[in-house]
Amino acid sequence: MSAAPPAARRRAFLAIAWPGAIGLLSGLLLLLAALPIAGLLFSAPPRQLLAGLSDPLVLPALRLTVFTTTVSLLVILACGTPLAWVIARRTIQVGQVGRVGQASRTWRVLETLVELPVVLPPAVAGVALLLAFGRRGLLGPGLAAAGIGLPFTRAAVVVAQTFVAAPFYLQAAIAAFRRLDPDLILVARTLGASPPRLLFTVAIPISWPSLAGGAAMSWARALGEFGATLMFAGNMSGRTQTLPLAIYTALASDLRTAQSLSILLVAVAFALLVAIRAGARR
Amino acid sequence: MSLLEVSLQGTAGVLPIDVAFRAQAAPLVLVGPNGAGKTQTLMMILGATRPSHGRVTLDGTPLFNAGGRLDLPVEQRRIGFLPQRYALFPHLDVLANVGYGIAAPSREERRRLAREMLRELDAEALAPRRPSELSGGETQRVALARALASRPRALLLDEPLAAFDISLRRDMRRFLAERLRAWSLPTVVVTHDRADAEALDGDVVVLEGGAIVQRGRLAELAAHPATAFVKRLVSGADP
Repeated sequence: MSAAPPAARRRAFLAIAWPGAIGLLSGLLLLLAALPIAGLLFSAPPRQLLAGLSDPLVLPALRLTVFTTTVSLLVILACGTPLAWVIARRTIQVGQVGRVGQASRTWRVLETLVELPVVLPPAVAGVALLLAFGRRGLLGPGLAAAGIGLPFTRAAVVVAQTFVAAPFYLQAAIAAFRRLDPDLILVARTLGASPPRLLFTVAIPISWPSLAGGAAMSWARALGEFGATLMFAGNMSGRTQTLPLAIYTALASDLRTAQSLSILLVAVAFALLVAIRAGARR
Repeated sequence: MSLLEVSLQGTAGVLPIDVAFRAQAAPLVLVGPNGAGKTQTLMMILGATRPSHGRVTLDGTPLFNAGGRLDLPVEQRRIGFLPQRYALFPHLDVLANVGYGIAAPSREERRRLAREMLRELDAEALAPRRPSELSGGETQRVALARALASRPRALLLDEPLAAFDISLRRDMRRFLAERLRAWSLPTVVVTHDRADAEALDGDVVVLEGGAIVQRGRLAELAAHPATAFVKRLVSGADP
């Protein structure tokens, strides 16, 4: 009686080892994802968590966060939609004689530039914002002469959030506009549609679900913004202390308050996401 | 008498183009193998791409003149365009699609005119439907209604039947030929189907490699085919 041939033995080994390896490796990562959430939600009795919410840090931080992220999102939508439209149009239009190839390259560089903050570490973003708008930054003397001091104000919070969050919306919007059927755009133009009418009655309505998704991502990013805000706007309760900064402050004195605030932040983010998803589906 | 005069030369994209033709009331049929520059020619007439030389004139009014540096944007040329799959606006119902290009003082007036145009094409019942709910023939009617409702002074159709089942094509072809003749607008129809050329019953212009290799009535082409492509086309084989 000879032993099973090597190929069969290898198959038998793989039949056990492969599912085992997959289970172990993916299980580790799943555990890492689930445990912190469980810790956040279940490590303290609800009564204590509710008590944490009565901390004087909470209400001003919540109010400021909702206000600043809303303003940031409006700025991102108002400026980002036309920018994404121009970039998408300039980088797909082929065929025109002359310098269009060159122009297209310029717009591609611009696209990379506006999406850069995605990979920029928040601490770097904070330094960069200070070096642009700070007292000794590029625009510092000019702003000072006009009597404007941007850093460490509520406006600085909005600037920091807009800076780090805008690329998420831009990426989604550029991709969505690029996916539009070129025939739809051309037909609309032959029907007499002016450039603004084209954008508002064809491009935006058709791209709406992608735009809403990008806006949700941007909002989530602005909501969680911490590093750049801390460095550029500071951490002053009632003025520049958003929820993430309040968590950081609370952590120094009371872990339970930090925990309550964290759950609150997650709840706000989750509610916003659900609302936007529902809006996009309509 | 309406008249579309086209003379275009130059590169826009990959292929150098050199074409000249005039379209009057009877549809002009533009045929040629894939990559011959048919669609590119339409794009230049529409103003979506710009050739380096040439001119496009509609009823005596210049729309494009490379020498005179005149280049009206697409939205001011008033040339109706039907792309291969018709490109109805997916987010609008049929009535709004047809109304899109109508310049009317009020929303009610626009809807009334759109409804009228649909009625003219025996498609009034489609008004509340979405483009995704239309059959091939219905899509064609709505696209024609949409193009005509904007009162174009010429019409360009890019392979209007190629995207549809052979079983649908015969009826759609007959309908199209009938209506185009009735409207008597200068019309250019791109196709590579002999049956289309036959039904449309207009002058045929054969484009190969960006240049015109033969023109005339279908019967003339059949009598003296200038190239292998023309020979295959007139024989009715899939060219």
